[in-house]
Amino acid sequence: MLAAGFAGFPLVTARNDLLNLGIQIFLAVALAESWNLLGGYAGQITLGHAAFFGLGALVTRTLWVGGAPLSVALAAGALVATAFGVLIGGPAFRLRGAYFAIGTLGLAEILRITVGNLMPEISTIPVTALASYDLVPRYYLTLALAMFSVAVVAVLVRSRVGLGMQAVREDEAAAEASGVGAFRHKLLALVLSTALAGLAGGAFAYYHVSYYPQHAFSPAWTFDAVLIAFIGGVGTVHGPVLGALFYVIAKEVLAVQLVEVHLLIFGVLFLLVVLLLPGGLVEAWSRARRLITRNS
Amino acid sequence: MILTQQLILGVLVGGLYGLAAAGLSLTFGVLRVLNVAHGELLMLGGYGTFWLFALWQIDPFLSLLGVGPALFVLGLVLYWMLFQFVVKAHEEARIKNSLLIGFGLTLVFHTLAIRLWTADERAVTTDYAGAVVKIGVFTVPLVRLSSLVLAFAILTALHLFLAKARWGRAIRATAEDWEAAALMGIPVGRTYLLAFALGTALAGIAGGLVSVSYSISPSIGIEWTLKALIVVVLAGLGSLFGSFAGGILLGLAEATSVVFLGGPYREVVGLVLFLIVLLVRPQGLFGDRG
Repeated sequence: MLAAGFAGFPLVTARNDLLNLGIQIFLAVALAESWNLLGGYAGQITLGHAAFFGLGALVTRTLWVGGAPLSVALAAGALVATAFGVLIGGPAFRLRGAYFAIGTLGLAEILRITVGNLMPEISTIPVTALASYDLVPRYYLTLALAMFSVAVVAVLVRSRVGLGMQAVREDEAAAEASGVGAFRHKLLALVLSTALAGLAGGAFAYYHVSYYPQHAFSPAWTFDAVLIAFIGGVGTVHGPVLGALFYVIAKEVLAVQLVEVHLLIFGVLFLLVVLLLPGGLVEAWSRARRLITRNS
Repeated sequence: MILTQQLILGVLVGGLYGLAAAGLSLTFGVLRVLNVAHGELLMLGGYGTFWLFALWQIDPFLSLLGVGPALFVLGLVLYWMLFQFVVKAHEEARIKNSLLIGFGLTLVFHTLAIRLWTADERAVTTDYAGAVVKIGVFTVPLVRLSSLVLAFAILTALHLFLAKARWGRAIRATAEDWEAAALMGIPVGRTYLLAFALGTALAGIAGGLVSVSYSISPSIGIEWTLKALIVVVLAGLGSLFGSFAGGILLGLAEATSVVFLGGPYREVVGLVLFLIVLLVRPQGLFGDRG
């Protein structure tokens, strides 16, 4: 229903600010859902999700500006992001604890600094493409990506593999003892998650007229993904959607008055959610509903 | 010649890496929580030193006597507000939750520092800032040399505390096996509190030294967290002097890379080393326990 409303949106309005807001929400949904899949369902926290977003953006932008069809460029971006994910996740997943989290953090910083060194110039869409630049296809592409991300997670959760991932998250040893291959499940979650993050990065590269290539690797993308997933409700299908709506809109509203203050508010909110309300907004909503139905 | 000069500077900065890593290693080793906001705590210590100097011209080395305890108190507060809830969980969940809490803290401290002190780079410039010691043809900045010596002295003092003092032994026993320690009558909760606050104080002192010899800004947090993590991964846990040696090793690796690859890749070399060790030998180069 929400999706149908969003889909019809460009037909009734031509306001670019609203379309831009929509695109930001959809990108946030895709990125947060991708983090949620790996961190929320498979229990593998990455603190360097920006690495995969950035790789998707870098590859897609380079190929697309170079003349490749958009679909090919997006697929290549997702592929490269996944390849890096497996490269770091493969060895790290054999070990428990923090290795994967700090490994991805390191990877994201290596890529950010190296890309900044090698490509210091701002990347702008070529003039020919700029003349025909239109927000509406960008709007639909990011909307489709957001819906696809939610669908992937929704289908996965109910599947055997998805249940296996959650079993691994809860207790790796018990999962192994019940015949659920922990390594296999973690790796599959990683492949899906990094591919989605790469696609989100690619969509960002297709959307943004000009940006520094380094920007797509900024830790801010990781912060966005983690905050949205947790505030919305980590390990739930709709949490990241709710979180993205809340986060992006609140960011817009607050940014008008005070620069950066939204990060402070969301940082504190995030700490509260981690400590007190592990289910985020989704959990708060269902608790509130239970209270209301009990009273009436 | 250039290489030797760079290596000297590498050793000097390496001492600070070691000090930063020692704090992280202490909290990780004892509480089994990984505080990724360690670099932000260091940044706060740096600002403490900077403002004491800028407002009242207090000598930066003297102000460490104030900054260290202040950060110790901040550590107490952070533990009481946040980390005491984390250590109640079993080991897997401990690490995961501490990563998340630390992650949230980095965001809060970073944004707070920008709001309070702007994003500008700052440094403490004393009237002896330019002083150097000449050793043959090589120059050694006096301030950095003092920082290195001080870092080593602090780690030695901490080592003695852990080896001899009653509470120090309690910390080591808890790190070894907290359940056994609890059975022996050691108040594990208070030992955690002390270890965490000590780790925070070490970060603060390291930050103060960074603000004298180098520069600070709100965004140095992630950089220093990574430096400390790299050293912890290189050196393993459990030994303060191991951290110190690991820090110097990282400083030397960076210095070598500056000579052969150029300045811009200085930060990358340590991280690549870190990833390689993480992938090939995750228990650390010198370490026993990973």
